[in-house]
Amino acid sequence: MGRLFAIEIIYRGIFQKTLGKHISRSIVLAAHKEDKLGISFGRYGDSPERNGIPAKNFAIVATDEQTLEEGMAKYEPKEVDITIAVDDTLCKGVESWAWYGLQPVNRLLKPGGTLIVTSREQPEALIEMAHRKEYPYKLAIVKGTPSFSGLWVYKDDHTDVRILGAIARILPELFSLESVQKAIMDEWHDELKATSAGKSYERTTSLTVQPNQGNPEEPYRFDFPKWHEMGEGIAIPSIPAGHSFEDPTTHAVGGFRPDRNPTFKKFSTRTMRPVVNFDTCIKCTLCWLQCPDSCFDVTPDGLYDANMQACCGCGVCEAVCPVKDCVTMVNETEFRDNASQWEMWKKDKEGYKTWLEEKIKSHPERSHGFRYRGQYEEQVPEMLEIAREG
Amino acid sequence: MAPVATAIEEQRKTDETALITGSEAIAVACKLADVDVITAYPIRPYDTVMQYVAKLVANGEMDCEYIVAEGEHSQFEIVKHASACGARVFCGSSGVGWMYAMEALTVTPALRIPMVVMVGNRALDDPGAFGVEHNDALAVRDLGWQLVWVDNAQEALDTALIAYRVAEDRRIFLPCAISCDGAFLTHSQALVKIPSQEKVNEFLPRYNRADLLLHPDNPITVAPQANEDWVMEIRRQNYAAMERTFGVIKEAYADFERILGRSYGNPFFEEYQTDDADVVLMGMGTLSTPVKVAIRQMRKQGKKVGFVRMRWFRPFAAEDLAKSLGRFSAVGVIDRDYSFGSPYLGGVLAGEVRHALYPSPGKRPPVLGFICGLGGREVTVPDVERMTDSVYKAAEGKVQPLTQWIGLRE
Ligand code: SF4
Ligand code: SF4
Repeated sequence: MGRLFAIEIIYRGIFQKTLGKHISRSIVLAAHKEDKLGISFGRYGDSPERNGIPAKNFAIVATDEQTLEEGMAKYEPKEVDITIAVDDTLCKGVESWAWYGLQPVNRLLKPGGTLIVTSREQPEALIEMAHRKEYPYKLAIVKGTPSFSGLWVYKDDHTDVRILGAIARILPELFSLESVQKAIMDEWHDELKATSAGKSYERTTSLTVQPNQGNPEEPYRFDFPKWHEMGEGIAIPSIPAGHSFEDPTTHAVGGFRPDRNPTFKKFSTRTMRPVVNFDTCIKCTLCWLQCPDSCFDVTPDGLYDANMQACCGCGVCEAVCPVKDCVTMVNETEFRDNASQWEMWKKDKEGYKTWLEEKIKSHPERSHGFRYRGQYEEQVPEMLEIAREG
Repeated sequence: MAPVATAIEEQRKTDETALITGSEAIAVACKLADVDVITAYPIRPYDTVMQYVAKLVANGEMDCEYIVAEGEHSQFEIVKHASACGARVFCGSSGVGWMYAMEALTVTPALRIPMVVMVGNRALDDPGAFGVEHNDALAVRDLGWQLVWVDNAQEALDTALIAYRVAEDRRIFLPCAISCDGAFLTHSQALVKIPSQEKVNEFLPRYNRADLLLHPDNPITVAPQANEDWVMEIRRQNYAAMERTFGVIKEAYADFERILGRSYGNPFFEEYQTDDADVVLMGMGTLSTPVKVAIRQMRKQGKKVGFVRMRWFRPFAAEDLAKSLGRFSAVGVIDRDYSFGSPYLGGVLAGEVRHALYPSPGKRPPVLGFICGLGGREVTVPDVERMTDSVYKAAEGKVQPLTQWIGLRE
């Protein structure tokens, strides 16, 4: 039996669908320059046509046909040599449309395998976000703002080829930089892209992440019922209506917290989250009414607290809030947990104010690509800077 | 109680006789079953049932929501939703009308909707002929529909009542289509005994949607989108429900006999003059009439021929049938349908019969297939004799074509 290589690309539905495909495809084409065989495919059930939902592409490469078949016989590889996360907030975990529960971003990595992340964060920040793994693995960062496009448009910021250059550096047995550049020229006929791959190759370094580093939480999981345990007729019990709850400081009971889907949480879809200024909120109810996912709890004191297990980060609440800077969407990389903002505010209003100002001030611009016209253009100089300087 | 009222009460307990078509008999069954929601869209020959239902409603004899939809797809969707909300429903169509409803037909068993419908069997277009072929109803044979064929108006009425009883049994909750051959059953009137309302009430309990009832007091989501990790389990549930139909159908026929006093013997297939038969013919629907006549004539010539008429095509009583067919030295299956390119290029029923026989531990007689009576062409006594001759030859070990077209201009 020959050698089998498996690489997964974790991307965000719609915004990075084309990017994910470009990468997995180009991996196979570059490896083929060295007479290896391969397939490139998307995890079909992921439903990557949904905004921001984590989804996966795979490139399976082998030195011969039979070995490739061994790799193809599985729907999703059991382990991979390299995991690529083309958005750093995916480090918090992956909850696909295709399954229930949260998969750690590094779940499929072999011992000593490498997690490649496109990010502007420092390695420490990414390590903290990712769940702990029982054995050491490596982390490499391809520096840059995660590349987000639309379903019909593709932002050709060279993220695809820079990732390929990084792979050539990390896993030279798969393919050389030369093969990558040949494949790039065949596919895109673009010298500049080949040069970008080369620069990325030169700059790529990795560091080892130890088992005691990372998020110690147990990712939530879900056991599927057996066929005879399920309700018949594709009828499922509705989520119960919800209930009032207690203010942790005054112990007043009131408000309304809707019950939420216990098995599908959606927060891994989020790349930014709303931060609410409870001091300036005028209790107009608009965020609560407009949130498409019923994320807001009505607190006993009549405020609106977005539940961070349920929020998918769409930004609607920010858009509808009539008070300036009362709801601000902040890059998800700024946060390490899903705790209630309202509870934090209740316990320490001054502390919350400082926290809020700091979050809002430092919020690096994030987007789903649609927040305002001309946003991409604004990012170009910065991207060029990163490309030049590394 | 006043004497007059007593007399009426007494009268209501006894069966009346009416001269009605098979379609009208089913409409009467709908009235007796006190169906709540009926949808209609005209297509020949199914329209005969909707016209009669309309008349019953207009005459004040029947109380139901009667909705004329803008097409068959909506027709079936409306009753599907009504049934999910706990209404007893009736619907139906023919030929390409049934096919136009196909998307709705596929989701109905998956959602466990006990819809009872009549298919007035009609050849599929083109060429737009009205006559009978069974391919319309057979198109849903793999989807979880119960399919039953009847061959006279009395059986149509009785089977409709039985269909409600089986379909709405909580162990089943699967739709049931009653096939009535276009023209022969839908357009010819016969004397039919109408059972009393009391007997029907005793036989047929109210539809209870129970845990699957779509109602504000029972908050459930019906038909959410589910991905690949759920589909096999959902299909397995329908498999189990269909598996249970065998027992529930038997129970229903036994109760029908006990309460309404008419016996159908083996519910799944009728046997005619098979006790001493050398060979048998098989078929579904009204071709039973010329076949029975031909058998009586052939018996006078000393040919011991019998007939097995399949009633229930889904569920298909394979084991029972194989056991029964093992008694004969050859079988000839008459298909009023086709399955182009199927094994041995035969009809649908012939294929199913061979399939049923293959694992049988008993004797496996040769099975010949005959395609006959398509588009409503008459199945004649000489046709039946020709088929029988070939079946006899097969019984004697002479090689016969496995599929033969009978009654074709050639
Ligand atoms: S961003 Fe706001 S509106 Fe959107 S899901 Fe989160 S809480 Fe709801
Ligand atoms: S929209 Fe803004 S002001 Fe209105 S309730 Fe929500 S947070 Fe408060």
